[in-house]
Amino acid sequence: MSPIGPLVLAAFLFSAGVYGVIARRNAVLVLISVELMLNAVNINLVTFQNLLFPGDPAVTGQMFALFIIGVAAAEVGVGLAIVFNMFRNRASVDVDDADLMRW
Amino acid sequence: MTGHDVVFVVVGLLTAGAAVLTVTSKNLMHAALFFAVTLGGIAGVFLTLAADFLALVQIVVYVGAVAVLFMFGLMLTRAPIGREALDGKNRGLAMVVAGGLFVVLTTLLIGAFGDLPTVEVTGPRIDDLGIAIFADWVLPFEVLSMLLLAALIGAIVLARRESGESGEELTVTRIQMAEDRDPDALEGEQAALTGGSGGTGDAEEEHA
Repeated sequence: MSPIGPLVLAAFLFSAGVYGVIARRNAVLVLISVELMLNAVNINLVTFQNLLFPGDPAVTGQMFALFIIGVAAAEVGVGLAIVFNMFRNRASVDVDDADLMRW
Repeated sequence: MTGHDVVFVVVGLLTAGAAVLTVTSKNLMHAALFFAVTLGGIAGVFLTLAADFLALVQIVVYVGAVAVLFMFGLMLTRAPIGREALDGKNRGLAMVVAGGLFVVLTTLLIGAFGDLPTVEVTGPRIDDLGIAIFADWVLPFEVLSMLLLAALIGAIVLARRESGESGEELTVTRIQMAEDRDPDALEGEQAALTGGSGGTGDAEEEHA
């Protein structure tokens, strides 16, 4: 199996995440797009680990992917709490409405 | 092209299509469901890359927990549905940026890794993973556990209502038993009821 297939798929998923972050206005959908980008990075890490450096005794690539999954789960929890707080205070989850700190 | 590659191409196309639908869907709940499909597809990609444990973690953590959390988030925040309501005015800019990024990344990747020989996919065994976690990665592992605890407390503190603010007070209608009352008053009320001007009408309005 050539590493180029998974790498291109990861690049595509990352680009889709970038599109979602820029184009979407709903804060929850922006969070979903960020998760998409994190998953693309995970595919990259696993590809490099299993196809290019399969003999690494510390299994670095897969370990990084596991840690990213853990950190992403924590990020979703805090992010959704912030979105709920914003919804309670402003009755909207539109990221364009969250301009209180705009200079 | 081996059967392995064919499986990867099928799973990869499914994943990519679901990802596109995730970021372009007009319906919030459909977007969340397509996101769950994307995560499942990524678990399939992990399986074809011989990362079995990671595929299972992906299904348990992402499909099982994160996707459901996102659905809760979408249901608890009422938001308008429709393309104009969901996408901002910079959809064209987003298309240009994402497309340009994809072209640049793909060119770079093919230039850097396009001539690598195809190799047999081999993943570490699951006991190697366990030994690696608790030998080489034990400090990051413990730090991650503290991070999860901090995120848990932070999420509760952020999402909780302030103390003293306990929402709207509900009007409680007290249930009155007939035998608790004075028989004369009861008779008078019955007369008022049959008379047309309902004595209980006020209570019903209050309840509504």
